[in-house]
Amino acid sequence: MTVRAFDATYRSVPLTHKLVDVQWTLVVLIVLIACFGFAALFSAAGGSMSPWAAPQMARFGIGLILLLTIACVDLRVWMNIAYPAYAVALLLLVAVELMGRIGMGAQRWLELGPLALQPSEPMKITLILALARYLHGIGPDDISRPLRLFVPLLMIIAPAVLVLMQPNLGTATLLVVGGAMLLFLAGLSWKWITSAAIALAIAVPSAWQFLLHDYQKQRVLTFLNPDTDALGAGWNITQAKIALGSGGLLGKGFLAGTQSRLNFLPEKQTDFIIAIIGEEFGFLGLMLLLGMFAAVIWNGVNISFQARSHFGRLVAMGVTLNLFLYIMINGLMVMGLIPVVGIPMPLVSYGGTAMMTVMIGFGLLMCVHVHRQVTVPSPSSGI
Amino acid sequence: MRSFEKKPRSRHATFTRRSLLLSGGMTTVFGVLAGRLYQLQIENGEIYRNQAEDNRINQRLLAPLRGRIMDRFGVALAGNRRNYRVLIVPEQTRGGVAATLDALANVIPIDPRMRAKVLKDASQNRSFVPLVVAENLSWEDFARLNLDLPYLPGVQPEVGDTRDYPYTEELSHVLGYVAPLSVDDKASLADTLEVDNPLHDVPGLRVGKRGIERTYETSIRGRAGASRVEVNAYGRVIRELERDQGTPGTDVHLTIDRELQGLIHEKLKNDSAACAVMDVETGDVLALVSTPGFDPNSFNVGLTPDQWNDLTNNDYKPLINKVLSGAYPPGSTFKMVVALAALDAGVITPETTFSCTGAYRLGTHLFHCWKRGGHGTMNLKLGIKNSCDCYFYQVALKLGIDALQASAHRLGLGQPTGIEIPGERGGFIPDRYWKQATFKEPWQVGETLVASIGQGYVLATPLQLCTLAARVASGMQVTPRIVHSLGAQVIPRTPPEPIGFSAKALAAVREGMSAVTNEPGGTGYWWRITDKNFAMAGKTGTAQVRVITRAERATGVRTNESLPWALRDHSLFVAYAPIEKPRYACAVVIEHGAVAAHPNVQVARDALLFAQQRDILGRVPAYPVKSASASL
Repeated sequence: MTVRAFDATYRSVPLTHKLVDVQWTLVVLIVLIACFGFAALFSAAGGSMSPWAAPQMARFGIGLILLLTIACVDLRVWMNIAYPAYAVALLLLVAVELMGRIGMGAQRWLELGPLALQPSEPMKITLILALARYLHGIGPDDISRPLRLFVPLLMIIAPAVLVLMQPNLGTATLLVVGGAMLLFLAGLSWKWITSAAIALAIAVPSAWQFLLHDYQKQRVLTFLNPDTDALGAGWNITQAKIALGSGGLLGKGFLAGTQSRLNFLPEKQTDFIIAIIGEEFGFLGLMLLLGMFAAVIWNGVNISFQARSHFGRLVAMGVTLNLFLYIMINGLMVMGLIPVVGIPMPLVSYGGTAMMTVMIGFGLLMCVHVHRQVTVPSPSSGI
Repeated sequence: MRSFEKKPRSRHATFTRRSLLLSGGMTTVFGVLAGRLYQLQIENGEIYRNQAEDNRINQRLLAPLRGRIMDRFGVALAGNRRNYRVLIVPEQTRGGVAATLDALANVIPIDPRMRAKVLKDASQNRSFVPLVVAENLSWEDFARLNLDLPYLPGVQPEVGDTRDYPYTEELSHVLGYVAPLSVDDKASLADTLEVDNPLHDVPGLRVGKRGIERTYETSIRGRAGASRVEVNAYGRVIRELERDQGTPGTDVHLTIDRELQGLIHEKLKNDSAACAVMDVETGDVLALVSTPGFDPNSFNVGLTPDQWNDLTNNDYKPLINKVLSGAYPPGSTFKMVVALAALDAGVITPETTFSCTGAYRLGTHLFHCWKRGGHGTMNLKLGIKNSCDCYFYQVALKLGIDALQASAHRLGLGQPTGIEIPGERGGFIPDRYWKQATFKEPWQVGETLVASIGQGYVLATPLQLCTLAARVASGMQVTPRIVHSLGAQVIPRTPPEPIGFSAKALAAVREGMSAVTNEPGGTGYWWRITDKNFAMAGKTGTAQVRVITRAERATGVRTNESLPWALRDHSLFVAYAPIEKPRYACAVVIEHGAVAAHPNVQVARDALLFAQQRDILGRVPAYPVKSASASL
């Protein structure tokens, strides 16, 4: 009695039509943002393509092909593989817990032959897909029923706990917040939302006590008063602020950022890359970057609104919100408004897996756009 | 089918409503980010720009290269050599200075004394002042340290220069030494060092503490330079932006002849002794020896407590520059002063005779001659030649202490000579006013007799005795000087005035001195210079350092050999050469040498012979020196 969800309205669209249908302005925006990243990586390496800018460009190229490929695959295919993909990602997380190698003080990487994989990255995508598929299948009232809510909550909490054990507080938080937002969009009743907020208020102090690692606590404490340890853990915050602030309105000029070139900035090519942009291109440069990000998000919200399928809307909004969360957390962190968490700036920061995740996300977003007219029958409670 | 249509519509509405809510939130966050950027980059941009500048550029003071000290032939007596060292900047360390020192000790050897000193200095200095942890490292240690540097924040390796004294003990008292500027020094050396000079914060700065190093500190030290370097977050120097090497210190050219100095030092190094050799025309000091010396290099590094105790508790007092700071009873070497004073005052002529019976009775008191049986009838020449005490007792009796004092002053005694080395003492020539003022007792005639043989209150430094010999030899008021020029700038000197004694008087005294060393029976005949061209005139002396009681005289004066070293007589000798056209004067004091003819006073002969032979070799000094032939 299993019905393949998309059978009824599936119709074939030629590939060329799909490519024409891709929102090319969004693609151009993505490319422009990535170019900002290349420039910053080039500068971070002291005016050299290696070791960061060149691999980043190659990955972006592959990511762009991936984006377009994903966009052209029928949305219903993604809906169909949502659960299996989620299951695989979850298994990878378990695997990394069992045998992952230690990298940067945390077990985040899984070696698969020559590839080093960070399984928390595919989880970010598959969680959106799986949640969207699940929420697609239930009505706005059903979601608030405890039994119905249990499944998506488990879907969120299981990977979040595994990621937290690695330990990676930032990604775990992102998974929880991203998932919760999808539940919220699906119509979770305010009763639940309020009780969750109260539960959080109780959970945070106990999590501080029992779950957080020392270095994580240190980051929070240092954030609250960076001057206590200006050369230790407060260093990142202080130096990033100096880098940004010293950029002024127009910046010090390309390749002229002293903070980054003199290695005053730690992890300048990854989490703190916008400090380089702020230092070298100034307030105007960063506002241009933020503006382009805002345009991408506006596009994402728009795509979500135009989609006819609930799955499509949820996926588009999920991807957009995730992108936003990354931008927000990284931005607030570099600007010294929140503690240092290991969250990169999408498209700009150096990193292969993160780049792929972002591009796959954009691929799904684009897929929703290309297939915005596709309707997917919701398996109502009656079926 | 109808309900199927309705449900998506209602959840679509919810989705849209809530999406718009979230979009509002996202817009707010973007607003916050933009506002924060405005605050950081526009409002506070200036503050952060300054901080970024501070971050980037580190200024380090560079100790200037100290000027060298050269001898008259351009031989470097004090120079500089490479020094690999390690500094620690307390404010840049993580976990404190002590923890960093522990970590550092795993890489290079750290002296526990140095460790204690660094910890003490760290608590007393401002935390950005770098402190020297180790110096004179081997190249291997230094290279290893540089490899481990990323794990040692606050540790700075540095290649510096250190003071080097190639002749160690030989010139220790002339050159002095350099040592780190201590906190106390900053106050006590205020006379030669500018207060609050930033140079004083230069790590490892050495300042001259004695000798020429001290006197010419401000010229020798030069002007501090600075190096502006770009550093990264770990304090590693990326590159040097600019470097102001500073101005190296000025070289000081001394009048010292290093080889002559070495010859004398070699002969006297096992005694507690002093010797000076000077040019009788110009006053140029060719040698200025005080033994035992010390190794000035060891002060540079820092002495161990044992080394310090050895230096301070040594009976031979190696830290005292005896040639300037040792004031000794001149003994019989003072007899030329008495003779010249008496001739000048007209109380005697060279032919005036007095008889010596071994003792001279004044009132109830017997004044003994050194020769128990007496010398018989003595004129001036014989009195000097035999160093007859009774002769001079009777001369002094006619002369009086005040006239004696005036002539002694004319001959350079009783006040510092003004040589350019700190710590010089003036010696002492008494008079009746001083006696009355100090002891509230009138001057006794017997005290004049004691003074006439250079005992009692009379004190003179070896350098003063050398000056005395030079003045007798030249008849000019020469004063010793040891610095010829600073860099290219020759220190001007006024030509000496005639001393004011008649040529006849001077000639009579010189004749007596010549007899001492050149006529059989003279007290210095045994170490005469046999080559007539270089022949030397001189005068021996023995200075008693204890009172010989009447009881002891009755039972027999104890021989010096039976006395403890510190109670034995001093042996003295002053001389000049050649006799015909004097060029060089010399004075030697062997502390507690016991006899006038102590073998080591013969160093005066060796020194004078060497100096004269050197002139004949015609070696060209590094700077213009008045040649021997032009001087007379």
